[in-house]
Amino acid sequence: MNYLPNILFAIALVIGIGYFVRNVQKLIRNIKLGKDVDVSDNKSQRLRNMVNIALGQSKMARRPIAGFLHIIVYVGFVIINIEVLEIIIDGLFGTHRIFSGIGSLYGVLIGSFEILAVLVLVSVIVFWLRRNIIKLKRFWNSEMTSWPKNDANYILYFEMVLMSLFLIMNATDTSFQAMDSGNIISQYIAPWFSGFSENSLHLVERTAWWIHILGILVFLNYLYFSKHLHILLAFPNTYYASTKPKGQLDNLESVTKEVMLMMDPNADPFAAPEDTETDDVPEKFGARDVTDLNWTQLLSAYTCTECGRCTSSCPANLTGKKLSPRKIMMDTRDRLEEVGKNIDANKGEFKDDGKQLLGDYITKEELWACTTCNACVEECPISISPLSIIMDMRRYLVMEESAAPVELNNMMTNIENNGAPWPYNQMDRLNWKDE
Amino acid sequence: MNLKVLTMAECMAEGRQPEILFWVGSAGSYDDRAKKITKAFVKLLNAANIDFAVLGTEESCTGDAAKRAGNEFLFQMQAVTNIEVLNAYEVKKIVTACPHSFNTLKNEYPSLGGNYEVLHHTQYLQQLIQEGKLKITNNTFKGKRITFHDPCYLGRANEVYEAPRELLKELGVDLVEMKRHKRTALCCGAGGAQMFKEPEKGDKDVNVLRTEDALQTNPDIIATGCPYCNTMMTDGVKFKEKEADIQVLDVAELLANNQEL
Repeated sequence: MNYLPNILFAIALVIGIGYFVRNVQKLIRNIKLGKDVDVSDNKSQRLRNMVNIALGQSKMARRPIAGFLHIIVYVGFVIINIEVLEIIIDGLFGTHRIFSGIGSLYGVLIGSFEILAVLVLVSVIVFWLRRNIIKLKRFWNSEMTSWPKNDANYILYFEMVLMSLFLIMNATDTSFQAMDSGNIISQYIAPWFSGFSENSLHLVERTAWWIHILGILVFLNYLYFSKHLHILLAFPNTYYASTKPKGQLDNLESVTKEVMLMMDPNADPFAAPEDTETDDVPEKFGARDVTDLNWTQLLSAYTCTECGRCTSSCPANLTGKKLSPRKIMMDTRDRLEEVGKNIDANKGEFKDDGKQLLGDYITKEELWACTTCNACVEECPISISPLSIIMDMRRYLVMEESAAPVELNNMMTNIENNGAPWPYNQMDRLNWKDE
Repeated sequence: MNLKVLTMAECMAEGRQPEILFWVGSAGSYDDRAKKITKAFVKLLNAANIDFAVLGTEESCTGDAAKRAGNEFLFQMQAVTNIEVLNAYEVKKIVTACPHSFNTLKNEYPSLGGNYEVLHHTQYLQQLIQEGKLKITNNTFKGKRITFHDPCYLGRANEVYEAPRELLKELGVDLVEMKRHKRTALCCGAGGAQMFKEPEKGDKDVNVLRTEDALQTNPDIIATGCPYCNTMMTDGVKFKEKEADIQVLDVAELLANNQEL
C-alpha cells in the first residue's frame, strides 16, 4: 500500500511521456510529407544561427519589452527543469527532495528557482495584459480568433498555475521551510498557511506537488496541439533555415533542365524523354498543397508561434490588404494537420478530400498582394520564411494554372518578346545615351 | 555635356576589355524618370575616367519581375540568355543602379553559370571616392535635410545599408532617418512584380504609407537608390501634393548635381 503513490506516479509518467512520444512521431511523419531539400551546407553557420537565434534569443530582443519578458520566461523554463528532475526522482522512489543532500548549493538552486518563478509569474501576467487588456493590434488580427486566441491564453494560464503551485509547494513543505535555505520567496508565503494543522499542511503540500507534476505532463502533451510547440522546434527551425541572402530565391532545378534542353542547339526536338529522366520530372511546378512544399517549410509551420511580428511589419497588411504572413504559416499548419488526420483515418494513406492549401486556405488575393520585401522574414524571431511559401504558390499559379493577374501576364509577354517588362523594342535600349 | 558610353561590342572591336560592365536594366533604359538616374551615373563614371561599357541592345531584362511573379521558366530563359552574352564578353565585374538587377545578377545567376562580382552603384561610387578617383568639390546640398529610403532588395535582401548613407554624408547633408529604416524599412510597394500591376484592395497604397514615413522627417529631399522606389516615392509625394517642396532623387543624381555634371 505504501508503494501506491510511486506506482501511480510511474503510471502517470509513462502515460504522459508515451503519449507525447506518439505525437512527436506523428509530427515527424507529417513534416516528412514535405519534399526533400538539401540542408547539408554551411553547417557551422547553421549551428551559429541556432545558438544565437534560438538559444541566445537574439532576435527576440529587437522588441525590447516582449524580448525581455520572453527571455525571463525562457530562462525560467529551462532552469526550473532541474527541479522537475528532482520531482521525478522523488515521485518514482518515494524520496523527498533527494537533491537536498548536496548541502548549501541546494538552497542556492531552489532560491534561484523561487526568484525565477516569481519573475516568470510577473512576465506572464504582463503578457496576458498585453493580449487581453491593452489589446496590442497584432494579437487581434482576423486570424487571431477562436483557437489561436484561446491557445495563447491557455498557455499563459498554465504557466501562472504551474509557477504558483511551485511556490505553494515550497511554502507548505515544513521540512524545507525548517532548513531555512533557499526559501527566499516561499518564506513569505508560508505564513498564509499558519493556521493549518500539520496534517492539512502536508495535504496542501502533496496536492500542490501532484498537481504541479501532473500539470507539467499535461502541458508537455498540450504542446503538440499548440503554438507552444515552438519551445522545441525553434531549435531545428533556426538550424535548417536558409543561410543565403534574403533576396536570393532558389532556381528550380527541374526548370533548369527544361530550359537547358530548349536552349541547346544540338538537342533533337522530336526526341522522346529518356526513361532514366522520367523519375526526376516533378509532378508539378510550384506548390498547390502542403505536400508540394519542402519539409523545412512544414517544420516552420509547426514552429510558428503566431506572435505576428511578421504581419505587423508586412507592407501589404499595414495598408489594409488581405495578406498576413502569419496566416500563411497558420494555414499551412492547419492544412498539414488535416492531411495528417486524413492519413491516420485511412490507415496510413492519404485519401483525396477535395481540398488543398491553395484556394481552400490561402487565396490568390493574399498571394498576389506580397511585394517580396522580406520584412516578414527579417522580423521572425525564429527564422521562418512565409515568403518562400508565397513564392512556391505563385509558381504553381503561374506555371501550372496560367492564373497570373492580367497585367502580370502582359508584363511577362513583354519580357518574352522585347526583353523588358514594357512593350519597347530591344533595339531602343541604348537610346537614352543620345536623348 | 556629351555622355561617353561604349558598348561591349565596341570595346571588343577595339580588342580590349573594359574594367566594369554597367548593367543599365530595363527601367534605366526605357523609363523616362529612371533614364535620368542612368545618365547621372554615367556622368559620374565619365568624371572619374572609368573604363566602362554597357551591353546596349544586347542587354535584356534580368528576369527578376518574372521570377517573383512566379514564372521560373521565363526567368531562367532570360538568365541563361544574358549569361551567355556576359560570359561571351568575359565580364568579371558588373555595376548596376537597380537593386533588383543587383540581387538577381549577384545571387540568382551563379547557380545558372553566371559568376560575376556585382556591385550596386552606391557601393561602387563609395569605392571611387575612397580611391580618390571621384572628388566631391562643391557643397550644393550641405545642410539640406535628406532622408534615405532603403530599397528592400539592396537593404534587407543583401544587407547593404551603409554605402548610400556614406555617400550622402560625403555631401555634407543633414541625414535624417525615418522611423522605419535599414532592416525595418518599409517597402515602396513596387517589389515582387507589384510595379506592373494594380495593388490588391486595401486602405491605402504602400507607396503612400512609405511617403508618409518620409514626410514625418520633414525632408527637403527624399533620396533613393532604386528606379522603382524612385517612381513610387515620386508618386507618393505627388499624392500628398508636396512635389513643389520635396524632391525625390537617386543618390547618383545627388552626387552628379552636386558636381554640376
